Amino acid sequence: MEPRASIGDWVQIERIILRVGERAPQVPEDTQATPLISRVKGFALQEGAIGEEMVVETVIGRRASGRLVAIEPSYSHDFGGMIPELLPVGGEALQVLRDRGTAAGDKEVSQ
Amino acid sequence: MTTVRDSSYSAVMARRNEILSQALGMDYSKFERGGLAFDYEAMMDETGFSLDQVRTVQAETGVGNTPLLELRNITELVRSLARPGKGARIFVKDEAANPSGSFKARRAAVSVYQAKQQGYPGVISATSGNYGAAVASQSCMRALKCIIVQELFDGRMVGQPEIMEKGRKCEAYGAEVIQLTVGPELFYVMLLLLEETGFFSASLYTPYSIAGIETLGYELAEQVVADCGRKPDMVVVTHAGGGNITGTARGLRKAGCEKTVVVGASVDLKGLHMASDRDFNRKSFTTGHTGFGVPFAGWPDRADVPRNAARPLRYMDRYVLVHQGEVFYATELLARLEGLERGPAGNISLTAAFALAQEMDRDEVLVVQETEYTGAGKHSNAQLTFARENGIVIRRGDPAENVPGRSIVIPEDHSQITARDFPLDRLRRSLVRNAVGSAGVDKITQADVAFLIEETRASRDLVIEELKRLDLPIC
Repeated sequence: MEPRASIGDWVQIERIILRVGERAPQVPEDTQATPLISRVKGFALQEGAIGEEMVVETVIGRRASGRLVAIEPSYSHDFGGMIPELLPVGGEALQVLRDRGTAAGDKEVSQ
Repeated sequence: MTTVRDSSYSAVMARRNEILSQALGMDYSKFERGGLAFDYEAMMDETGFSLDQVRTVQAETGVGNTPLLELRNITELVRSLARPGKGARIFVKDEAANPSGSFKARRAAVSVYQAKQQGYPGVISATSGNYGAAVASQSCMRALKCIIVQELFDGRMVGQPEIMEKGRKCEAYGAEVIQLTVGPELFYVMLLLLEETGFFSASLYTPYSIAGIETLGYELAEQVVADCGRKPDMVVVTHAGGGNITGTARGLRKAGCEKTVVVGASVDLKGLHMASDRDFNRKSFTTGHTGFGVPFAGWPDRADVPRNAARPLRYMDRYVLVHQGEVFYATELLARLEGLERGPAGNISLTAAFALAQEMDRDEVLVVQETEYTGAGKHSNAQLTFARENGIVIRRGDPAENVPGRSIVIPEDHSQITARDFPLDRLRRSLVRNAVGSAGVDKITQADVAFLIEETRASRDLVIEELKRLDLPIC
């Protein structure tokens, strides 16, 4: 069954601000081919399924309307994967300092 | 009776000055001097705050007084490459210690204080950067509502990880975050919101914002004098919109550091269009890059205020570029050699400093004037993983082989970090052309010429030559 938002749920809605053809004249061609879309989060003021229009009250108390895209949206960004190209950098630099006899901890730090 | 106003793009843009004058609480027209000129210093004085008063306002919300840390191991690494007697001492101003994790708290502090004093119910800012979190944090402290408008997604609704993190941080402070797809119409959305809410426009480019950064330059000068018994010889500033360099240099001058060389540094993203949907997620830096740095230096008044208080050409002694891969390398050095894990975008000036310090004498002092916080998304691994997912080749090699949008080359060796000078005269000529084009004048007065010399710090000959190219009579 399609998930539904209940009144009071924390949700994310989406709205087209400018359709293709309404974009600013200075916008490059590839961007002109896309609509300007806005997303905002808030508490649902009505019930609705994903894809349905609804009104929300944002965290500062403003009302906004749009198509429901997520119920209880979470943050998905992370620290990424391991980067083999970066991993050796610190060790290599420390080796340069060791070879000069100036690595951290190899001698008292002079003022 | 409520009037329903036309909310089409062209109608809203046509009434931008009316909306902004309401939302900025400042009449910019009184600084205009006819022709091209306006009275920059009178506009900067309009805040009515002395530097000490700004410090007091900032201290109320825990902003400023960040540590100045000597980077002894990075200095040693620089000296492994420098000629005998060369290799300046490098210090960093740890701006990540500000409440919202970056120097932007300084800019937001004064703007939000002003909004509160003038009785606005809230503030709005259009920014995808650290400034959003700064405005949100300061608004929270001063009990004002806050809306941040971000450019976050490309047309596939894929978000840039660094900007997603900044949005999360704004929400953590109780701000409403409006997240948009790519495009300069971010400004249009902000105007609509200003009209709807009657909030204050906490633009990055007001005199309040710049006054907030002056304390950074002033503080670092005081700290260097206390620690080293001399004034800073060089200060390297990450350059994007121009506020950081303008405010820092003004603060240095107020501290009596007229001889300090002020260097702007940006990541070179040549070839990537800032408003392009395709290019948007091929950048691994969302600020501090040439996509802002070059156009804003060449024409500051492209900003969301009638006259931009950030005017980098008035203050920049040199402008240098570094590659994306070099900045990730320098971020590793800062973490592994100095025990300071900070966000990569804040380390652009550090990267340039690594090259610039090699040219300076051993007893000279170079200050990298900021760091920023790091976290999920705002992290080398997050950015490079995202780059790979977007088809960018990541490899080790000569960073000069880096092609923005195609490859990121991590240096194989610390000797490969360079800072390439961008010709300031090119930016100066561009400013002359833009000033004339924007004013739409058909002749130039001697007062205009004097203004353009002040704006660009160019020679009279350069300004006259550029005006002649435009075929304008000078009378």
